[in-house]
Amino acid sequence: MEEILHYTWGAVVSFVLAFAVGITYMGLNRKVTARVQNRIGPPWYQNFLDVLKLGSKKSAIHHGTMHHLGPAFLMVTSVMSLLIIPILNDGKFFPNLNFQGDLIFLIYIMTFGPLGMALGAGQTGNPNSAIGVTRGLAQMAGFEIPWVMALVALMIQFKTTSIVDLMNVQAETGRWLMFSSPFAFIAAIMAMFGMFRYSPFDIVGAPSELASGPMSENGGKYLFTMMSSGSVFTFAKLTLYTDLFLGGADNLLVLIAKTFVLYMIPVLYGLVSPRYRTEQAVRWFWGWPSFFGLLAILQASFF
Amino acid sequence: MNDKVSQKIVDIIQNYARQHSLWVLAYGTGCGAIEIPPTMTSRYDAERLGVRGAATPRQADVLLITGYLTTKTLKRVIRVYEQMQDPKYVIGFGSCTINGGMYFDSYNTIKALDRYLPVDVYINGCMPRPEAVLKGFAKLQKLIQAGKADGSKKYKENLDWYRANQKEVIPVWRMPEFNW
Repeated sequence: MEEILHYTWGAVVSFVLAFAVGITYMGLNRKVTARVQNRIGPPWYQNFLDVLKLGSKKSAIHHGTMHHLGPAFLMVTSVMSLLIIPILNDGKFFPNLNFQGDLIFLIYIMTFGPLGMALGAGQTGNPNSAIGVTRGLAQMAGFEIPWVMALVALMIQFKTTSIVDLMNVQAETGRWLMFSSPFAFIAAIMAMFGMFRYSPFDIVGAPSELASGPMSENGGKYLFTMMSSGSVFTFAKLTLYTDLFLGGADNLLVLIAKTFVLYMIPVLYGLVSPRYRTEQAVRWFWGWPSFFGLLAILQASFF
Repeated sequence: MNDKVSQKIVDIIQNYARQHSLWVLAYGTGCGAIEIPPTMTSRYDAERLGVRGAATPRQADVLLITGYLTTKTLKRVIRVYEQMQDPKYVIGFGSCTINGGMYFDSYNTIKALDRYLPVDVYINGCMPRPEAVLKGFAKLQKLIQAGKADGSKKYKENLDWYRANQKEVIPVWRMPEFNW
């Protein structure tokens, strides 16, 4: 009984932490973007206000059951990946549902949310949503290749499919995987650009071209769910990268420092890059990132 | 704590959030649309006040009617307004929305916008400069804080009157019913 309480409490605490940190990061992203464009920009807590407002709006839209479930699928994905990814090294305060093979499970579960959202967007009958969904799935087929290659390289190199085992390897040898398997790190970072969907890979939700794509029929509480799940997912992904390549974190301050540095990579890259079309984006992902992924697998198998 | 007090506290928090997060659907009906880009971009930077563009009516809080409305456009504007989710606000932008402006004797533009849609804030001028637009947003924020920006409630209560006025200028009325 005590164990169950411990796990439940841990899940609640990690969810709240992920929500707060993720949404602050998104607010800081808007601030950084504004400063680069020589504006003052919104305050860092602007996204909290946006979420609160979206949550307090009324929703009188009905397009069908799947449309209601689409944002819920996104939320389920975010929470599930958050619960599997270890937040701190010792796992005392944030227990997670870790098991052998969770890295493979994570690859599947991370694509589950976008697919559910695709079904939901399809049912709205909005042509912009349909176009956005096809572009998003095409782009996902692009960045999944280097991402899976990087993870497979790690699995071959250390003969394990558990995130905790990979963290233990780093703790024992004292070397971050970023240095012991650099090609996998480069491939994973390049795949991260696509995962966050910031510029130059933001054609999925282009506001003036596609009317924000898959979410164009979603307002109010739907957007509230999507924004909160997005912020949780942002934190979960950044924590996963920290766990896999940067040796995890011993306390929250180190975790926030490491994840913030990682988060700034796609943000700053996006600020100086104009938007790619879908086929350009896919070609980009199947070019150098996949090449580095291949190098990582070769390194893992032969060295 | 009784219900009234807790409702009041919730209202204060919600109004604070609504006031500082206005997502604008800048419906470029007339020439006023040209004043929106400088308001949103680096020079006047409306985002620092929480004002940002929304892509679709579903996501928007504020409908910005920029300038004259032809009767043909009015039909689309009504459709857009009814697709927006509560609470929603309308800003009439430029002289044309107040009394017709320089189109006062035109045969196919409407003269007073608030006969057809409930307007919360007017910004006068031809053209109003970005400073005036920002002041209009500040005025709307004050109204929201005081809980007085209730245009959508007025629209629901007086729907028959608005519909009669709308059907007067739109002879071919093929629209989905107002259904919420």
